[in-house]
Amino acid sequence: MGYSAFRIVREALTGHRGWKPAWRDPEPKAEYDAVVVGGGGHGLATAFYLAREHGLANVAVLEKGWLGSGNIGRNTTIIRSNYLLPGNQPFYEWSMKLWEGLEQALNFNAMVSQRGVLNLCHSDAQRDAYARRGNAMIMSGADAVLLDRDGVRRMCPFLDFDNARFPITGGLWQPRGGTARHDAVAWGYARAADRRGVDIVQNCEVTGFLIEGGVCRGVETTRGPIRARRVGVAVAGSSSRVMALAGLRLPIESHVLQAFVTEGLKPVLPGVVTYGAGHFYVSQSDKGGLVFGGDLDGYNTYAQRGNLPVVEDVCEGGMAMMPSIGRARVLRMWGGVVDMSMDGSPIIDRTPVEGLFFNGGWCYGGFKATPASGWCFAHLMATGDPHPVAAAMRLDRFRTGAPIDERGAGPQPNLH
Amino acid sequence: MIIDHPLLGPRDIAEFICLGDAVLIERPDPAAGDAMDRFHDWLHLRDNPAGEHRELWYHEHGDRSWLVVTRDTLTHEIRRVELARDVARARGRGV
Ligand SMILES: Cc1cc2nc3c(=O)[nH]c(=O)nc-3n(C[C@H](O)[C@H](O)[C@H](O)COP(=O)(O)OP(=O)(O)OC[C@H]3O[C@@H](n4cnc5c(N)ncnc54)[C@H](O)[C@@H]3O)c2cc1C
Repeated sequence: MGYSAFRIVREALTGHRGWKPAWRDPEPKAEYDAVVVGGGGHGLATAFYLAREHGLANVAVLEKGWLGSGNIGRNTTIIRSNYLLPGNQPFYEWSMKLWEGLEQALNFNAMVSQRGVLNLCHSDAQRDAYARRGNAMIMSGADAVLLDRDGVRRMCPFLDFDNARFPITGGLWQPRGGTARHDAVAWGYARAADRRGVDIVQNCEVTGFLIEGGVCRGVETTRGPIRARRVGVAVAGSSSRVMALAGLRLPIESHVLQAFVTEGLKPVLPGVVTYGAGHFYVSQSDKGGLVFGGDLDGYNTYAQRGNLPVVEDVCEGGMAMMPSIGRARVLRMWGGVVDMSMDGSPIIDRTPVEGLFFNGGWCYGGFKATPASGWCFAHLMATGDPHPVAAAMRLDRFRTGAPIDERGAGPQPNLH
Repeated sequence: MIIDHPLLGPRDIAEFICLGDAVLIERPDPAAGDAMDRFHDWLHLRDNPAGEHRELWYHEHGDRSWLVVTRDTLTHEIRRVELARDVARARGRGV
């Protein structure tokens, strides 16, 4: 049964006894049309669009833990489409459009909140770069507003405008950017996919691939072999390890990214604000906590915790941008393992093994990509051809000299 | 994390910068016939293991030496620290 205001009232009046689990807990079948490895946001979205857009009903999502245990439940929830390069921007804008219709499409409250994303700038050169980025955004159909100092002051009077070293000279504002409730995105896709017949199998780790004559025919799992005509892998921070099971080496390193939440405060932040002179981004959750983060720890790791120097660095960035943050107490912090690719951009592509498809390398920014990533990966798996907005996200782009290097940092994953 | 520098003793990682996989010391021969392929693999493809990993660290806020650090990527435990110079020399590189 669908969720509605009427249903909430009815359940409230009858003691909330009518709610059922949001998705089934099926035994895996021996064979599927398509198997998606990884029950994070991207894997679940892929399964949903495979069913809804391409009419594939016999689909399974295999998740080694429980839904939402990976990066989908660990990120700082920022959604935006403010990229520069032609290989990226149309993709992220397509994602933004899907976010705008997501709750209706899924019949699930994902708390998508377009409260705006403001990137601060501190020099003429940075302002010019933002003007150029804003134009690239507008050309892809996105929205962008270049604010001067007074414009920023009106929006965020609490920022440190008198900073002698990094005075705020303006900002690039995307009013349609904002935040979404990360777990609810996974749950919403899971429920909607389940209702279209997708089997969501938790506690089912993929331990190998069934490759016969160079063609992928399915997967080995902790719950037995499962055959499939197509296999798509979307396992976020585990990409290198999982794809190594198929004999592939990826242009990816695993790094930890930390996130922080303060105690609940009254509303202070209008939207998301990012510091242009260092790496710091902050928003306020609906419960009032300031949710913030900054740089990676910068070395390969699979430990889902970070180290103190980065905690210090992130907090310094916060203090420099918004000194009032120093009064807030940090309640929680955690880390997530992200796939840092050699150019900072993702990969959605076929692999050299026929029938095996790969989606990964999302670095810091894959949450905002969840809807478009699922959409494009489903398109690729169903049709065999890349979706036009993801056509540049190729696996061989380093070999062909076509990297998508937003940051201009070169093949140095910890700098992207 | 503390890195036990072979010359200077235990130092906080905040003094260092990590460059990545120690394979970067082993730059392919640009004159080799398949140099294009080798450079692509050397620069872009990574083993990225969950467990023991050898990597280059630069002691920026110290003696500015390069180190080869062997570390467990699951636990942060550092197993071995060598001067990159010694590692390169042992392989017959450098002077
Ligand atoms: C601290 C932090 C903050 C972030 N902030 C933002 C942000 O503000 N905005 C933004 O856009 N992005 C952000 N990101 C990035 C974003 O969260 C990720 O890029 C994105 O969520 C990754 O896709 P996913 O949701 O599918 O991954 P995950 O949720 O990690 O899904 C992958 C799943 O694969 C499963 N898996 C792994 N191996 C196997 C196997 N062998 N068999 C079966 N299943 C397996 C895992 O258990 C996991 O559930 C952040 C990331 C972190 C860590």
